Amino acid sequence: MSLHREEPKSFSFDAETLVKAKQVIAKYPEGRSRSAVMPLLDLAQRQIGGWLPRAAMDYVAEYLGLDPIKVYEVAHFYTMYNTKPVGRHHVQVCTNLPCWLRGSDHVVSACKKTLGIGIGETTPDGQFTLSEVECAGACVNAPVAAINDDYFEDLDEESVTRVLEAIKRGEAPKPGPQNGRMNSAPLGGPTTLKGEG
Amino acid sequence: MPKLTIDGQEIEVPANTTVLQAAEMLGIEIPRFCYHERLSIAGNCRMCLVEVEKAPKPVASCAMPVGEGMVVRTSTPNVLKARRGVMELILINHPLDCPICDQGGECDLQDQAVAFGRDHGRYAEKKHAVRRKNFGPLIKAEMTRCIHCTRCIRFTTEVAGVPDLGGIGRGEHMEIDTYVDKAIGTELSGCLIDLCPVGALTSAPYAFRARPWELKKTETIDALDAVGSHIRADSKGGEVLRVMPRNNDDINEEWLGDKSRFAIDGLMRQRLDRPYIRENGKLREATWDEALSLVAAKLKNTDAKAMAAIVGDLADCESVAALKDLMTDLKVSNLDCRQDFAQIDPSCRAGYLFNPGIAGIDAADALLIIGSNPRREAPVINARIRKRSLRGGFPVGVIGPKMDLTYKTEQLGESAALLEAIASGAHPFAAKLKAAKNPMLILGMGALSRHDGAAILASARKLAETCGVVKEGWNGFSVLHTAAARAGALDLGFVPAQGGRDVKGILEGAEKGDIQLVYLLGADEIDMSRLGKAFVIYQGHHGDAGAHRADVILPGAAYTEKNATYVNTEGRVQHTRLAVFPPGQAREDWKIVRAVAGAIGIHMPYDNLSQMRARLCDMNSVFARADLRQPATWGAFGSAGAVADEPLKTAIANYYMTDPIGRASPTMAVCVETFLSGAEPRTGTHG
Repeated sequence: MSLHREEPKSFSFDAETLVKAKQVIAKYPEGRSRSAVMPLLDLAQRQIGGWLPRAAMDYVAEYLGLDPIKVYEVAHFYTMYNTKPVGRHHVQVCTNLPCWLRGSDHVVSACKKTLGIGIGETTPDGQFTLSEVECAGACVNAPVAAINDDYFEDLDEESVTRVLEAIKRGEAPKPGPQNGRMNSAPLGGPTTLKGEG
Repeated sequence: MPKLTIDGQEIEVPANTTVLQAAEMLGIEIPRFCYHERLSIAGNCRMCLVEVEKAPKPVASCAMPVGEGMVVRTSTPNVLKARRGVMELILINHPLDCPICDQGGECDLQDQAVAFGRDHGRYAEKKHAVRRKNFGPLIKAEMTRCIHCTRCIRFTTEVAGVPDLGGIGRGEHMEIDTYVDKAIGTELSGCLIDLCPVGALTSAPYAFRARPWELKKTETIDALDAVGSHIRADSKGGEVLRVMPRNNDDINEEWLGDKSRFAIDGLMRQRLDRPYIRENGKLREATWDEALSLVAAKLKNTDAKAMAAIVGDLADCESVAALKDLMTDLKVSNLDCRQDFAQIDPSCRAGYLFNPGIAGIDAADALLIIGSNPRREAPVINARIRKRSLRGGFPVGVIGPKMDLTYKTEQLGESAALLEAIASGAHPFAAKLKAAKNPMLILGMGALSRHDGAAILASARKLAETCGVVKEGWNGFSVLHTAAARAGALDLGFVPAQGGRDVKGILEGAEKGDIQLVYLLGADEIDMSRLGKAFVIYQGHHGDAGAHRADVILPGAAYTEKNATYVNTEGRVQHTRLAVFPPGQAREDWKIVRAVAGAIGIHMPYDNLSQMRARLCDMNSVFARADLRQPATWGAFGSAGAVADEPLKTAIANYYMTDPIGRASPTMAVCVETFLSGAEPRTGTHG
């Protein structure tokens, strides 16, 4: 995957996505298929590999019978649609208050160091894009970074470096808390409601 | 009907009225940016905050429906404080560039900042700036000044029906954009300039030309299409710098087509500012005396049967009447005002008018469009049809080429033979017309100017009669003219007299040499090469096709330069007012005709405008009542005949250049390049 990709001239759903798209549209009442614009944009983004070129937005608009500008508006309103190309692994580090209090600055600097890029940049091999995001909604496991669909939680400098190195090697590190917690249970195991009575 | 109290005054208003509208009925002014009477309610600028008793915080009055017993206060200290806060927030990202902004002096934001703004800003952070955008050759976009009221988005989506604009991005980074960097593709794009409450969207051709307080404002009538839109011509130093629409709910509401608004720079170019005489194949400057005596000699010495007069599309009624009087005196019967060969039957007034009126579209509930593209021929009327269409229950059938009219249409086919099929009830659309309470039919010049135009007119009449388009209390038969002069000239009977030739006959006669003299009153749309060896007198204001062919040129006045009468396609008699004087030695047109008559030795019984207008009333009583639409009585018109089974065409291919003014206008030339030629937009490097 090269980084300096041209905007594709055309786009259409492949057979697999088309099946999914029909399933999505079937969820909405007859004549209300325009409501499916967000899931369909997501499907398009997944098919293309993480971002939405204009051709894809135009395709979704035509698919749903919407004016193209309405689709552009949606795609540009929500931050999880990327209208510019991103790397294969999109590292999104949360730097909002709870994550920041728990050391997200260190996580960001570790990412920069490991990947050799700054925020908003993509590695020359097109593998990683680093972004800073607003609250990812996992404050209880702060600090947190989302890499594509997986949340990596309770990060610190060492663990985020480990995760990124593993991805670089082509492995699939286990998502979730990286400090041994189970979900959002206390560190070191439960402390209450352990015994009877 | 809920009753409410606003600032201590009680008022009873219909349900669904908003607090802002109710306040307006009482004459209480509430500041606003995003609210506009003709657009949907957005409620996003928050400038119209008022206090409502029992509401915990100020409410946006534009979006708040009235309720029974509501107590509203619009000028309490709390309200003023809230509005001041809103104003401060709006001004945070607004640049302080009023001195170089064209909106300065007529800017809602400027005015309201005087009332609600602080004397200094408290905001020391970075301001938001927006990269320059390209909205086409007519609109200058300076989006850093935008306050995100979204009026432009709502206008393009709702009224113009061209959803090109949208809000891209969110929060502080929201920008109004086409996203794909294209010109706003509507014939009504100039209205965005009027709607924009700040200087974000301003007129590109008018950029940096004048300040509003320097302009002389003349309320007049547009003559570049047959709608007769009410306009205001703003002039300075003998030049009309801009044209803006005036509100008139019966005609143009408050919209105006781009041609009518922007073609005016053509008024300063290619003008005929002195008489010319052709000598040895070349036009030379002449004096009025020379020109008039030459014309008089030619008119006196040519046989009446070998003379003809053709009225053009921009001619005013006074000059048409004077020319008719002159020609009648000279016993010339070869007269016509239908340059495009339209086979209109002048005998029945209802047969050539837009009978239901433009406002009648609102009452219609079915429509059949025949050989017309209202979007190009009358964009304002098209917007009205779209408005009606959006209300629903309005089937629109189209006989003619496929076209995008911005509303839902049913393409019935292209052949004129469909008219007969619908009239006989064989076609399914006939049932829709019959089922409708107020069905309408729009007949375009594209259909009437065909070789079998008279037969088409007759079968359209038959269709109207059989399908209930014309019935007791409703006449939905609408002829959509493309020329401002047409309805007036027909009302004055500027058509072949007994045994006379029409335009077709005149041209054929001139080719053969039977016609030796042709008087063109601003007629530029005929094929000049067919005039043969005839002596051509051209009276008009632009050096266009007619002037190039002419042997004598008598310089006249354009529609902004005379107090003249025009009749619009509805049959409404309207008066233009002089905004600037005609250039050089050019004169008002009826006075030129009168001078020609004088040079021959014919005395015309009118010496001033009021006598001229009295003569108009003598010729047709409709001219006695201006500004009112006078219903015409239905009668027989058209001549029965075979309608050829050929595809119908529409009359206007190039919306921006239908007349000499448009053809002389550089702005219209750029529009043609941008919108019609499919070329890439010009950039700064094009010089």
